Amino acid sequence: MERVFEERIVYQRPKALATMPTRYCPGCTHGLIHKLIAEVIDELDIRERTVAVAPVGCSVFIYQYLEVDACEAAHGRAPATATGLKRVQPDKIVFTYQGDGDLAAIGIAEIMWAANRGENITVFFVNNAIYGMTGGQMAPTTLPGQVTGSSPAGRDAESTGMPIRMAELLAALPNTAYVVRRSVYDIHTIKEAKKAIRLAFRTQMAGAGFSMVEFLSSCPTNWHQSPDQALEWIKHNMVPYFPLGDFKVADTVKQLR
Amino acid sequence: MAREMLKGNVAIAEAAVRAGVEAYFGYPITPQTELLEYMSQRMPELGRVFLQAESEVGAINMVFGAACAGAIAMTSSSGPGISLMQEGLSYIACSQVPAVLVDVMRGGPGLGNIQPSQADYNLLTKSAGHGDFRSIVLAPSSVQEAIDLTVLAVDLATKYRTIAIVAADGMIGQMMEPAELPPMRPLQTTRPPWALTGARGRPKNVIVSLALDADELEAINWELQAKLNRIRAAEVRYETMLVEDAEILVVAFGSAGRIAKTAIREARQLNIRAGLVRPITLFPFPFAAIRQALCGVRSVLVVEMNAGQMVEDVQQAVRGQVPVHFYGRPGGNVPTPDDILEHIVALKEQSEAPPGGELREFVGMPLSARMG
Repeated sequence: MERVFEERIVYQRPKALATMPTRYCPGCTHGLIHKLIAEVIDELDIRERTVAVAPVGCSVFIYQYLEVDACEAAHGRAPATATGLKRVQPDKIVFTYQGDGDLAAIGIAEIMWAANRGENITVFFVNNAIYGMTGGQMAPTTLPGQVTGSSPAGRDAESTGMPIRMAELLAALPNTAYVVRRSVYDIHTIKEAKKAIRLAFRTQMAGAGFSMVEFLSSCPTNWHQSPDQALEWIKHNMVPYFPLGDFKVADTVKQLR
Repeated sequence: MAREMLKGNVAIAEAAVRAGVEAYFGYPITPQTELLEYMSQRMPELGRVFLQAESEVGAINMVFGAACAGAIAMTSSSGPGISLMQEGLSYIACSQVPAVLVDVMRGGPGLGNIQPSQADYNLLTKSAGHGDFRSIVLAPSSVQEAIDLTVLAVDLATKYRTIAIVAADGMIGQMMEPAELPPMRPLQTTRPPWALTGARGRPKNVIVSLALDADELEAINWELQAKLNRIRAAEVRYETMLVEDAEILVVAFGSAGRIAKTAIREARQLNIRAGLVRPITLFPFPFAAIRQALCGVRSVLVVEMNAGQMVEDVQQAVRGQVPVHFYGRPGGNVPTPDDILEHIVALKEQSEAPPGGELREFVGMPLSARMG
């Protein structure tokens, strides 16, 4: 006996994700993080009131990959630009998407002060320990001893300092509401990352203040590794220095869980 | 509206409020700080946005964000702060969003000092940032004109989706004099169609300054230039005084232009036919007005509170037709009417004597002690 099941869509492209193919290198996790953000935007039904601020770096073209209003900030300035966007239209959902050079080096003043003001915006911080777009130079989050185009003998922490832990730094500021670090190196971490994206957006929707999700991300091209080696490298080299976890969950945010 | 005693910085701030500025972002710097302080009280009182930024870099990028949202946004600063804003101004120019900037100029370069100056002429008029763009630059010579030009800056920035700069000097910012404020305008109630308000029922709006393809970026550049040409054709503003019969033409802007007026009246008392062209728009520069005023002129004297910047534009306008001389006071000093008169008299005497006198033509070289 034959049974006919009603057709049910179990997966489709999020509306917030454009059909434009990304220009990311094979194995780069930027595209995956974009998709997670797009899925959450759809699930929260905020696409039509969301404004993205693109950074300078590999993800400079995020405005082509997401179907949301967007502008493009100068290198590191996205949190200031987002501040301007949000202050004049507090009903919109404003987020920045920034890399480690953008956020933790040239833009350190802008991110610190947006966070310190408790600016009601969301920051997605993609940390891959390298400057990707310029071809693999030492980043503020490059690990000690890590070989890059501008640290050919490996990062010398004596001379260049230690990699900066942004999530821990921002969590220490009294006015931040939700600051966490996630990764995307396997199914479990991807699921956890998506949950954090959702809670970060919900933090902003509730008016609870500044939210940031830091993602440990891969750069197979500039790390000179295969995509699967790169994911292993995140797990074995980055996670010990940049522990995954929640560094700040304000009481107002806990209630949203 | 009645005339009242107003300090320049406060007058500019209130004029901006009344012209419809919805958001102000700034950072303290002398001699413009009263503007920021006034806004910190006035904007929240009206339910508008005020935020003291972490730096001028932060402030200009907040202006960029607010402008992307379609709001009329403004910042103000002085030389060292304007230097920091240049990056953001370039992005704003290429992104073609409106922005209003006030530069209350002080002595430079470097930290310089806090006295009145016109040392940012080149910075503001030639290129207030990297790449190929110009901003509209308006130079007031009184508190009243600072008010009027602030309102105009709001209108022109909005009309052309460009940067409009009020280039005041520390004297305008710090001086109190009677002036009349404009009536309060209602705020705009809708957002322009290009604004980033969320893609509700329309395709997404994207405001960017990135164009990797050379042909695409060239096209954007020509579009910007076409806009500048429309501005050049429609927005030149200047004042003339006694130019019809002038034998010595003084060209000066802002406070220097105002001081020159006194010198010219005194010269007339001495039977020296002096006249004045005072550029009000420094960009677009009134080249044609200066050329027009040259009829019968035997020499031109440019007076600036800097070491010689606008003089190059005047030379371009004059095209070698008559000698162009320069008298400048850089470093925060302000010329007196007597200083300027002395130079007018010297030019008059020289124009009747064989060349080779002390008053040398401006060739962009260090000037003699007398010239300084």
